[in-house]
Amino acid sequence: MIRPSNRRRFLALAAGASLATALPLPARAAGLAPTPTMRGGANNYTPGAAIMERIGGGGFTMEGRVRRAGDGAALPGRRIQIWAHTTEGHERDWHSHGATLTDADGLFSLDIPQIVPAFGQAHGHLAYDAGEDTAFGGGGFETVFLRPLMASSSDTSLFVDFVLTPA
Amino acid sequence: MALGAFALAEAAASPYLAYRQPVYIAASFAGVLALILMVGQPLLAAGLLPGLGASRSRRVHVVLGLLTAALVSVHVGGLWITSPPDVVDALTFTSPAPFSAWGVVAMWALVAAACAAALRHGRARRLVHGALVSVAVGTTLPHAWLIEGTMGGVSKALLLLAALAALGWAIRTRRTLRLLRLPRAGRAAR
Repeated sequence: MIRPSNRRRFLALAAGASLATALPLPARAAGLAPTPTMRGGANNYTPGAAIMERIGGGGFTMEGRVRRAGDGAALPGRRIQIWAHTTEGHERDWHSHGATLTDADGLFSLDIPQIVPAFGQAHGHLAYDAGEDTAFGGGGFETVFLRPLMASSSDTSLFVDFVLTPA
Repeated sequence: MALGAFALAEAAASPYLAYRQPVYIAASFAGVLALILMVGQPLLAAGLLPGLGASRSRRVHVVLGLLTAALVSVHVGGLWITSPPDVVDALTFTSPAPFSAWGVVAMWALVAAACAAALRHGRARRLVHGALVSVAVGTTLPHAWLIEGTMGGVSKALLLLAALAALGWAIRTRRTLRLLRLPRAGRAAR
C-alpha cells in the first residue's frame, strides 16, 4: 500500500519527471533524447586513432552503447575514439588514444590502462567524430565529445551512453 | 609549520605521482605550497607569530606574499604546459570541473591583493588588501577541497580550516572590520 504522504511524493515526482523530459525536446517528447557534447569533452583530442584491441597493457574497461536519438535503435559498426590520462600516459600522448567499433547491438568495449585522476578529476574522454566515422561506412550523425567522470578513482570500468542525432 | 610538512608529506606519498610529468607535479606542489603560505600570512600580518617583532613580521609577510604570487604563477603556468585546453577552459570560466572557477577567482583576488599591498600605507590599503585576501582564502577553500588526486584528505581539510581560522584571527586581532564603521560615524558627526 502507498501511504498518502508517499503517494503525494510519488505523484509530484511523476509530474516533475514528465515535465523534465517534455521541456528540453517538446517535438520529440516520447523519444530518446540525444547526448549533448560535454564541456571540455574535446580537450586533447587528436583525430584518427587506429582501431585496436586494447590501449597499452589494458586493465580498465571503457564500454558503452551507441543508439539513435528518437527511436533508440542500436547503431552497429560506429567508430568511438577513447583517450584518457592513465598509468601509461597523458591525454595528449598519442599512445593514450585508441578507437573501437560498436557490435551488432551498438555496444562497444575497449581495454585501456587504469585511469588516474588528472586536472583534479578521474575522467575519460570519448568521441563520436562523424568525419572519422565515414571511413567505416558511417557518418550521418552529429559529432559528440564526452568527458564522463568516474564515480570513484579506484573504479576499473566506465559505461558511457551515446545517443546520436541524425545530421 | 608541522601541518605544512604533514601536507607536503601526504602529497608526496601520492601513488599518482608515478604517472605524472615533472611539470605537472611542480604545478601541483606549487598549489599546495601556496595554500600552506596562506595559513601563515594572516598571522604574520597581525604579528601573531611568537618570536618575531612587529616590523620583522611585516617584512616576512611581504616576502612570503611575493612568494605566494610566484607559486600561483608556477601553478597556472605548469598546468598550462601540461594541458593548454583545460587551462583555457578554466580561465574563460567554461571548465567542466567545479573547482576551476573558484581557483581562477582566487588567482585574480591574489593578484589584486598584491597590487593593493603596493598602495600607500593607511586605512584604504588595510581594507582593500584585507577584503581581497579574504576573497582569495574564501575561494581557495572550495577550489582545493574539490580537487582530487594531489593532496591527502586529512591534511587538506586541516590546512583549509587552519587558513580560515588564521584569517579570522588576524581580522579580529587587527580589528579590520572596525574600519568599515568609521566612515559612517564620520558622516554622522558632520
